[in-house]
Amino acid sequence: MKKVFAIVIVLALVFALAACSGGGGSSAAPADTGSAAPVDEGSGGGASGEAIKVGIVNLPPEESGYRQANVEDMNEVFSAANGYDAKQSNAADNSEQIAAAEGYIRDGVDYLLISAANATGWDGVLASAKEAGVTVFLFDRFIETDESNYQAALVSNTYEEGQTAVDWLLGQGLDAYNVILIRGQIGSAAEIGRSDAVEKADEAGDLTIVADGTGGDTWSDVEARKVVEAAITGGVDFNVIYAENDGMAQGAVKALDAAGISHGKGGDVIIMGFDFNRFALREVQAGNWNYDGQCNPRQASKIAEWIQTIESGEEPPVGTVYLDEIGVDTDSITEDDILERGINEDPGVVESVNEAA
Amino acid sequence: MPKALRGVLIPLTVLLLLLLINVIKDVDFLDISNVNGALYGNIPNILFGATELVIITIGMTLVTSASGGQDISVGVVATITSAVFIQALAAFGPVSWLSVAGALVVSCAVGALLGLFNGTLVAIFRIQPMVATLILFTAGRSIAFLIDGKVSPNLKNAVTTQIGGVIPGVPIQTPIILTVVVIAVFAVLFKLTNLRLYTQTVGINEKAARLNGIDPVKVKLLVFVILGICCAVAGFISVCKNERHDSVNLLKLIEMDAILAVALGGNALIGGKFNLPGAIIGAYTIEVLNRTLLRFGISPDAIKAVKAAFIIFLMIVSSPVVMSLLDKARGKIAGRLEKSASDKYGGPKTEGA
Repeated sequence: MKKVFAIVIVLALVFALAACSGGGGSSAAPADTGSAAPVDEGSGGGASGEAIKVGIVNLPPEESGYRQANVEDMNEVFSAANGYDAKQSNAADNSEQIAAAEGYIRDGVDYLLISAANATGWDGVLASAKEAGVTVFLFDRFIETDESNYQAALVSNTYEEGQTAVDWLLGQGLDAYNVILIRGQIGSAAEIGRSDAVEKADEAGDLTIVADGTGGDTWSDVEARKVVEAAITGGVDFNVIYAENDGMAQGAVKALDAAGISHGKGGDVIIMGFDFNRFALREVQAGNWNYDGQCNPRQASKIAEWIQTIESGEEPPVGTVYLDEIGVDTDSITEDDILERGINEDPGVVESVNEAA
Repeated sequence: MPKALRGVLIPLTVLLLLLLINVIKDVDFLDISNVNGALYGNIPNILFGATELVIITIGMTLVTSASGGQDISVGVVATITSAVFIQALAAFGPVSWLSVAGALVVSCAVGALLGLFNGTLVAIFRIQPMVATLILFTAGRSIAFLIDGKVSPNLKNAVTTQIGGVIPGVPIQTPIILTVVVIAVFAVLFKLTNLRLYTQTVGINEKAARLNGIDPVKVKLLVFVILGICCAVAGFISVCKNERHDSVNLLKLIEMDAILAVALGGNALIGGKFNLPGAIIGAYTIEVLNRTLLRFGISPDAIKAVKAAFIIFLMIVSSPVVMSLLDKARGKIAGRLEKSASDKYGGPKTEGA
């Protein structure tokens, strides 16, 4: 008796669910044109008459400081005030991202912007986008597919970032460069690119990698600190720390501070970081670090430019396009660099409290 | 004395073995120097680095014992509570020892609440601990990110820097002292209360505990609250050490290390009797292992595989099977010694044979 009852309940639930999702699905299309349109007219429609519909498939902002800046930049540029009707979804899971992209195509967006969690599995989506006449731009991350399946990809050249940094380092005129290399997540694009220049310079004999460590999959500052501590207590002779992101550079500096080793401008150890977080740039400005390499998360304005090109009937770029990225050191850094190119807020509520104290 | 020692014999042997490997590599492992007025060297670094893991492991041991499951949200809870700590500290105005203490109390209260949330799901709704804590594990870092106001706040002031580093005039790094304080608090707690007995009773047999007047629900809630507070303290120390609240990375995946430490300490992950000194030694063992791999300069692409191999080795060495084998071997040896002793004192009869 109980069993029958349970089965009845389960069946009822299943039908209820099916009804819900069915209802949602069938009502989605009319609802979108019906209910989304007034929202447009309310905010963006007034600005330019006809809003350009953009679907953005991105990763979640809490992934990293980089992503946080990236997501905010997208929201800012593709705003209703700028004449866009943009929707952004933030999922770290590839299948969720694909579902979101398919949803956007169904909704009839004009442009689809993708930063894929995984490089594979996108062929179906790209094919249906092509069929629906949606222009696809990739940003920040590549998809493993034929170049003809998307319009253009706007990405960071991590090899170039590494090369710029190593060129700067070798221009410092030291007698020897004994480098502690602190890698990011092994196998990630940023790790491969940023390590490449250092490894090549090591092979060429321009510098020596005296310790080779990693902050692990999370680019952890604590792990970076341990790498440097092991080098210090192991008696390794080093005068450069090349950390592949700002957090790990900070962890490394903590290890030096605890061991009473000087660093930064005029110090014993050169500190190099990446990503252009504002807190890191402030350290460079203060002379506690020597160098920071940019990794530009602001692809939105460039892509917006391309979209305007297409809207005005001209040909947009094709294939892979790299972002402009710079590196700064203590001498070359300016307040404008920090304010315009730095990512994330200036650090700290508690620091300002301290200043007051 | 031998009874107390027996519980920690295996984990301690493993730890000493690792330390020995380090000393054999180079005896400078034991060098200790004086930097910034505090002791510096491999051993202080290990004690310093293991702080958060040790504190969380203590709470995890209790939760494992009473609930027969593990809390996988500890790193995330520490991230949320430390975010609260920073916001509270900012709200209290100028940073002083008092305001830091106040903010710590606030963050501990939040930790206790989060522990209560997990505990309620486990004790009252009878959800498996790992599943129950999966909720915070998944959502927690986003919550911390929002509490942070979508930035990674810096924490640069004299007081928290001293807590995460060295207090002038004290020759030992502050986090090491704090670890000792936390361990001492638990030692006193076990001495003065029935916490250990109740926790183990609930873990061994809930029904029997209830029949004896111990409310399993209350005990489970209590251990989760204790773990929540442990997380808050660990998060506080971590953020003072790092001087920046990075909601993405703070104590990330420390839950795995904590669970491993509990297991290395000879505790059954299905609950029941627990061995807290063993778990604490297990936590230090993990820290030593991490640093050993770095000291040997294992290449970054191989480090995970080597670590895994080591852990398998450690787990096998401290497994019940090996333990009982050792016990048997010891029994045999003892038997033989006894025999030879009795032979000796048995007189000339056997001496000829």
